[in-house]
Amino acid sequence: MYKLTLIIRYLLKRRITHFAIAAVALCVFIVVVVMTVMAGLVGDFKQKNHDFVGDCVVGTDSLVGFPYYEQFMERLEQSGLVAGMSPVVKNYALLTVVDHDFKLGVEILGIDPALQCRTTNFGQTLHFRAAEPERAFQPIYEPNALGCVWGIDMILPRNAQSQYSYGVRPPKLAVTLTCFPLNAKGAPAGAGSNLFRPQTFLYSDYSHTGIARVDGNLVYIPLEQAQLLCMSGQQKRVTAIHILFRPGVGIAEGTRQVADLWAQFKKAQADAPYSELLDIVTVQDWKRYRRAFIAPMEKEQALLSLMFVLVGLTTVFIVFVVFYMIVVNKRRDIGVLKSVGASNVSVLLLFSGFAFSVGLIGSCVGTLAGWLFLARINRIEQWLYEHFGWQLWDRTIYAIGDIPSRIEPEVIAIIVGSAVAACVIGALIPSYLAARLRPVETLHAVRT
Amino acid sequence: MSQLPVILKAENVHKSYRMGATRVHVLKGADLAVREGEFVAIIGASGSGKSTFLHVLGGLDRPDKGVVSFNGRDLNRVGARELNRFRNERVGFVFQFYHLLDELSVLENVLLPAMVSRSVLGWITSRRAVRKRAEALLDQLGLRERAGHKPYQLSGGERQRVAIGRALMNEPKLLLADEPTGNLDSATGNGILNVFETLNRAGQTIVMVTHDERIARKAQRIVTLADGRARRLEA
Repeated sequence: MYKLTLIIRYLLKRRITHFAIAAVALCVFIVVVVMTVMAGLVGDFKQKNHDFVGDCVVGTDSLVGFPYYEQFMERLEQSGLVAGMSPVVKNYALLTVVDHDFKLGVEILGIDPALQCRTTNFGQTLHFRAAEPERAFQPIYEPNALGCVWGIDMILPRNAQSQYSYGVRPPKLAVTLTCFPLNAKGAPAGAGSNLFRPQTFLYSDYSHTGIARVDGNLVYIPLEQAQLLCMSGQQKRVTAIHILFRPGVGIAEGTRQVADLWAQFKKAQADAPYSELLDIVTVQDWKRYRRAFIAPMEKEQALLSLMFVLVGLTTVFIVFVVFYMIVVNKRRDIGVLKSVGASNVSVLLLFSGFAFSVGLIGSCVGTLAGWLFLARINRIEQWLYEHFGWQLWDRTIYAIGDIPSRIEPEVIAIIVGSAVAACVIGALIPSYLAARLRPVETLHAVRT
Repeated sequence: MSQLPVILKAENVHKSYRMGATRVHVLKGADLAVREGEFVAIIGASGSGKSTFLHVLGGLDRPDKGVVSFNGRDLNRVGARELNRFRNERVGFVFQFYHLLDELSVLENVLLPAMVSRSVLGWITSRRAVRKRAEALLDQLGLRERAGHKPYQLSGGERQRVAIGRALMNEPKLLLADEPTGNLDSATGNGILNVFETLNRAGQTIVMVTHDERIARKAQRIVTLADGRARRLEA
């Protein structure tokens, strides 16, 4: 009982304890805010990438692509695994705005908009055709013309609030896309005569995925046009099939089953012409397929976590110093407690419990402060921008909307648990020293 | 008195300490027998080892050699847990510098030994009775009105009376006092000695350490500690 009483009194009366609580609260506050923002950015970025490609991708990095994709899609359909499939052709092209002296190297993605909408969030990224995304390539101002969809950052500037100034209709703009068509052997299809293959499209819509690299560099065109522009040969080819699994099919399990199906399919096509193109096709879940983009952010997050381990070590050291001072200051009290029968373990528990309380209170204060700050972080940033012109991220450059501020309970639980553990660890040596103190050493400075 | 049983006995107690590079042999075969209800004063010059002897008698320290027994039980042979219980239930200490906990009120300081021996649950069930006992002690010591005060708000004499209350909280058989008046003026010190006399008259066994022969005369028996041995017994 005395432990509880003394812990409460030490917490209330000792000013040095308040400093320890403040130090813990500050550390927790910083970690909560930075980890929430970072985790939010990474989580948001992953979700956007997931939405962009679907659950699984059967594809190749080769621009030559692979044939027989329609047969494989039939197999997938029969397997009952998939809710949506979309064959795509990825390639690169030179974009020239007709009647303007503007040329740009872009990435092109040939898609069937209806299939792509069933598999990815393509439809939701459109602006003018969001309600009828299957008509994404029909320009509103000329529905019978061949249209293309641009990544929004290629044409619209963002303001400081990360908002775009959409017009009522898409601008009437004609662009020519010029590609190098490749045959099934990977050689330029029109060598000697028609090395380049141009095609003119009308601008039909913007696509806003929220992925800077996509929105700033990608032009969607109809799948069959992409096949004509980029490929030649008797067998139609694609570079990837995006897959969305049915509800209840886990991504890892679904990907494994698709890989099995692909292996069987490849075997069955072994004698077909250009079957060697099937050998370089891989089956990957969305995360693996987009790892080149996701991994750097995850590494940054890991690095940040490592830095916070150092913050944690600092907390341990602060608590160690504070508790060492308290124990030195309380040597006589410890002697008194032992003279009235308190055991070594009991004294150890007293100071460990005290440290636990410091950690818990500090963590709660830090978390509360972090929560209050995060709840207002976008308003604070807005205020800073309005009054001082300062922004955490320049929205005209970075594809970030609001600063993420959603607190994850699991993250908070880990941070609070770590802070409490850091306090207990920091107090362990002083508590042990306190427990080991011999009462005669503390009650009598000079023995007589 | 002589027919009452011996409750505390020290035989051939040796104790030495390392002070820097040298080893100081403080107790060199000290003996003492205290009967139940006795008031014994241990007197000796500064550095004679009287406080060390008192700590050994109260189980705060263990002798290097020799036997200290309480009610026939050798304190050297009991484990740490038992020794803690001994200090909590059988013996009460009063120190020269009171050693009260500043974070606790006067009442809580007196309650401390009772709190140490009880868990939270045990405390809840016995709180009323224990509190009543502490209040009665404060009443007896003339500190009823000071129950809610903090130690630093009290005078030296009041603090020492609180320390006596704390020592008596668990109704120990033996009260050990280490220079209880050493930090008080003579009038206040006499007041404390009167408290001891009153307690002793009520049957409390007391062993008091002092360097002042005048104070020691308040006891029924005086033991002089010199050269690490109890040399002379006085009635």
